[in-house]
Amino acid sequence: MSADFYYGVEVFLNGLMAGVLYALVALGFVLIYKASGIFNYAQGVMALFAALTLASIIEGQVPFARLINATFGTEIHDFGWRVPVLLAIVLSIGVMVAFAWLVQRLVFRHLVGQAPIILFMATIGLAYFLEGFGDLMWGSEIKTLDIGIPQGGNRWIEEHSAFLGGDDFYGFFIDNLDIVAALVAAVLVAGLVAFAQYSKQGRAMRAVADDHQAALSVGISLDFIWVLVWSLAGFVALVAGVMWGAKSGVQFSLSLIALKALPVLMLGGFTSIPGAIVGGLIIGVGEKLFEYLVGAPYLGGATENWFAYVVALLFLVFRPQGLFGEKIIERV
Amino acid sequence: MKKRLAMMALGAALLAGPAMADLVFPSLSYRTGPYAPGGIPFADGYADYFTLLNERDGGIGGEKAKVIECETGYNTEKGVECYESTKGEGALVYQPLSTGITYQLIPKTAADGIPMHTMGYGRTSAANGKVFEWTFNYPTNYWYGASIAIKHILDLNGGDIKGKTIALLYHNSAYGKEPIRTLQELSKKHGFNLTLLPVDHPGQEQKSQWLQIRRERPDYVLMWGWGVMNQVAIQEAANINYPMDHFIGIWWSASENDVLPAGAAADGYKALAFHNVGKNFPIYDDIQKYVVDKGLAAGNGDQIGTVLYNRGLYAAMLAAEAAKTAQELHGTAQITPAMMRDGMEHLEMTPEKMEALGVPNFGPAFSVSCENHGGNGLGAVAQWDAKSKSWSLITDFMEPDQDVVQPLIEEDSAAYAAENNITPRCN
Repeated sequence: MSADFYYGVEVFLNGLMAGVLYALVALGFVLIYKASGIFNYAQGVMALFAALTLASIIEGQVPFARLINATFGTEIHDFGWRVPVLLAIVLSIGVMVAFAWLVQRLVFRHLVGQAPIILFMATIGLAYFLEGFGDLMWGSEIKTLDIGIPQGGNRWIEEHSAFLGGDDFYGFFIDNLDIVAALVAAVLVAGLVAFAQYSKQGRAMRAVADDHQAALSVGISLDFIWVLVWSLAGFVALVAGVMWGAKSGVQFSLSLIALKALPVLMLGGFTSIPGAIVGGLIIGVGEKLFEYLVGAPYLGGATENWFAYVVALLFLVFRPQGLFGEKIIERV
Repeated sequence: MKKRLAMMALGAALLAGPAMADLVFPSLSYRTGPYAPGGIPFADGYADYFTLLNERDGGIGGEKAKVIECETGYNTEKGVECYESTKGEGALVYQPLSTGITYQLIPKTAADGIPMHTMGYGRTSAANGKVFEWTFNYPTNYWYGASIAIKHILDLNGGDIKGKTIALLYHNSAYGKEPIRTLQELSKKHGFNLTLLPVDHPGQEQKSQWLQIRRERPDYVLMWGWGVMNQVAIQEAANINYPMDHFIGIWWSASENDVLPAGAAADGYKALAFHNVGKNFPIYDDIQKYVVDKGLAAGNGDQIGTVLYNRGLYAAMLAAEAAKTAQELHGTAQITPAMMRDGMEHLEMTPEKMEALGVPNFGPAFSVSCENHGGNGLGAVAQWDAKSKSWSLITDFMEPDQDVVQPLIEEDSAAYAAENNITPRCN
């Protein structure tokens, strides 16, 4: 086989890895949509906020320091300590749970029974609020997120695959960060599925997802389930934010990763966890291979963003509910 | 009650507005949103310099300088709104800090007769003052920048880069595409192969581009990036073990923000510069004494001495020097925007003047004229030292290739003049 063939394989493998990162973002959307029918526009900002909180806690930054300094004329910025990573992760999860409780208590509790478009609009408001709140709480400078995730090409894979394609082939490049992300995503999905299948709260969550009224009639608390779901989405957002933030530093453009999740959702369906994973993989591989085979050589490059949506649209035309979505038939 | 409230509001409005004698310098800043890490230090440097002049010198020529800050969020529509809402305040010069906003403001500032300074960004051919009466882009622009990057590569290769491959990794926008034409002309002249690698906004995902770089192994990679694109590109370059000293960014890919997330892996990365780096200049003692110690520093006061803070400070300094020139030319301290334009067209920055301002060798020596709104385009190369977490200039300020760039400026500005029925001036 020629080096070009193996480079194609390399692009395919990297597409799979990119797809996992897209799926991590899409998972948060799926969790909330499945349980409450809300398309959470704020999911990208939640990923930003969660990663920002983690990075800031690790650095020992004082929350709202700018506001405190402006109000009281003080000069405080940090506590002067670094918080161990594990403790910081636990604290960040706590912040995301508190956020979920507040969102449910202050916003969605008052919107029960409203049309889906109203709920969607509420999440738009939530996204902009959370972005501003994050800025106020932690500042807008870029934060380095060093939690020990290895980065750079995996040398072992590179060295042990270099013989495949002759002198012009340098071995497969697979980023260590992507390998970690794939493992984390696998554990996360397995954990979510196990939680939904085998735990009491998970079964209650599925019951609410299937039928709100029926779930209420057997004594399941909608309030609790929605806080639980938003907390889980916050946790998934934290994982996605950490993986993306490790690449580029934690900064406000991190919220734009939500754009990468939309074609994944269109393809995989809004209600399926496996759909988010498979959708992510198809989009990742599709856009990377198209860029390699067609985009870069013939179209001047930068085709990935729009081609992902072309793939998603094609699936929509033939399967509007997405690959794994639930087919909704409404009879009049 | 209503009447009293109305009177109070009117009184507050009158108090809040600038006294007519103030020299007004609007700052179209962006302290929020995805690009805030770049916007904050620039805005701080811009504001702090005018605060320094007010506190130390009593203003410019005896007139206090007033900075009116308006948040654009790096958004073109908001930038235009900022312009419309502040131009009536007696604005002397606009620095929109965005190529998108610049393009929108070129016709507006021309119609309103207010100068605009786009230092190292914006429409490159605005360097032709015969066509662009109200727009200035001294001391340098993107096309000069492309030429200086190639000149640096020529210097590293004994003047011969025939057959070498240079890749341009660029933000897939009007800004990122700016150097392409110049690089194409330079590739014809010097015989190197040019590879174009666009990256879609915002640039969070660049795996395809860096796999291509790994496959094709260009000898050098140039980068026209902004925001998160810079940090991701530097990290990806480190991931594939691309030699950092062969990776050269434009001056908007040259801040501490861009290299710090990659840590030690960013060591040796190079970027162009049109002003010096660090705070080892006498002016910083004055900033400490008259601005920081008095509690008047803009923002958090934690950006002083960073690359983009220095750029904001330099922009303010050039604006203040142009205002001084205008005052001398017209014999009045209370200058108008038209007088400010005259001051900008007669601006001369000499080594002696820079020394007197407390910034020796901070920027290149250059002069502006009616015909030449772009200065002489000098630029230098800076390199990042990850260990000391600092930039340092590794070359002197270099001349760009005027033989290649000047005809392009003439051609593009002539097309603009024809499209907009502009009769060339300065005859």
